[in-house]
Amino acid sequence: MRLDLMYESFFKIVEGIPLTLQVVSISTILGIVLAVAVALMRISGSKLMSLPAYYFVYLIRGTPLLLQLYFVYYGLSQFEFIRESILWPLLKEPFWCGIITLTISTGAYSSEIIRGGILSVSKNYIEASSALGLSRAKTFMLVTLPITVRQALPAYGNELILMVKASSLISIVTLMEITGIARTIISKTYAPVEIFLVAGSIYLAINFIIVIFVNLAERRLGIEKAT
Amino acid sequence: MFDVFALGPTGWGDEMLMGAVMTVLVSSSSLLLGITIGIVFAACKLSNFFILRVIAEVYTTIIRGIPELLVIYLLFFGGSSAVMYLAKIFGYIGYIELNAFTIGTIAVGAISGAYSTEVIRGAVNSVPKGQFEVGKTLGLGGYSLYGRIIFPQVARIALPGIGNVWQITLKDTALISVTGLVEIMRQSRIAAGSTHEPFIFYTAAIILYLLITRLSNIFFDSAEKKYSKGYVSKEAL
Repeated sequence: MRLDLMYESFFKIVEGIPLTLQVVSISTILGIVLAVAVALMRISGSKLMSLPAYYFVYLIRGTPLLLQLYFVYYGLSQFEFIRESILWPLLKEPFWCGIITLTISTGAYSSEIIRGGILSVSKNYIEASSALGLSRAKTFMLVTLPITVRQALPAYGNELILMVKASSLISIVTLMEITGIARTIISKTYAPVEIFLVAGSIYLAINFIIVIFVNLAERRLGIEKAT
Repeated sequence: MFDVFALGPTGWGDEMLMGAVMTVLVSSSSLLLGITIGIVFAACKLSNFFILRVIAEVYTTIIRGIPELLVIYLLFFGGSSAVMYLAKIFGYIGYIELNAFTIGTIAVGAISGAYSTEVIRGAVNSVPKGQFEVGKTLGLGGYSLYGRIIFPQVARIALPGIGNVWQITLKDTALISVTGLVEIMRQSRIAAGSTHEPFIFYTAAIILYLLITRLSNIFFDSAEKKYSKGYVSKEAL
């Protein structure tokens, strides 16, 4: 074990943390918006809305994230009309391709979590609030949404950890986040175990912090931990 | 447009199909390795020995908290030297290189094993305690208790969970394309590069993955039905 190498590479790999966090947070926020839209489409009751949402989720959950990333990064840029469209400034950047892919992926997975949360809201509450004269929009905002958040939070915490892990894939399209830097150092020094330990600990630390925050939020919302 | 998928030397159809076969092969061997690891570590987690429980807990926490890609890099760059180191202990000095298939299977198997551990542990826990007690009262132990009474029940309860692990494993094998194993992902990259038609080939890859997912869903559904014979479903009650 080469401790000096671990010490040196730690400071290099740490420089990748901002990019990892940036990508994860941007795609998580965009992903929630997408997820709520997809979840609402799926439970809308109209086939015209729910079928496309169903197939979207099926497509994303059935294919590897790396393939989705290649599809967005290499596949779309093949077409002349995309290269001339207003989206091109985004699609030519690996950074935005990474964000788009991760947003779509987390949007599909979280839409299932949110859908489960919405469906778990008892009909009695909805009936009670309409009996009290609340409009449908108000019922959603004041009754359904808060209960959904409570129900969905534990599963969503897992999804956040999966996002941090998934963000490592963007290193394959040349972005130098934690895994990208770690890979470069491995191929220079040929010390896979040492670098794995350093990069792995950084990921574990990030995920540990996420777990702490999710637990705090759960406690504030009064979610009982299943024992 | 579909000429590129012609079978034989003129097109990429047969290469893509071979890639799909390779994906299925490496996924199934990883799943089998993962289930073996899962049985061992589930036994550790359920054992009375503190140190075994800690080892199993560390393993599942690390695998579930670290990107799969890092695990694959670790084994890809470090796998051969680890094997050579072990061989040296047994007196063999020489160069050993693991092929991409073996490294891929070990890497994805190790990842899949962490998920299998949790599935199997949950399944063992949900076998009623009475089953163990009755078995022991009847004087059974060892294979006749665990192999013939407990295992079939665990297998039945674990089956849907293993189905999920299979889906995760199948998708994780796409990552070992970075080590050079020619499965769907790698093959479509090669084809996309040489024909300058990335869109078509990545679409073909998507279809192949969805096809494998669909077929394996059918397989797991029918297996579940088969092994639930004799059990009344909750809805029927």
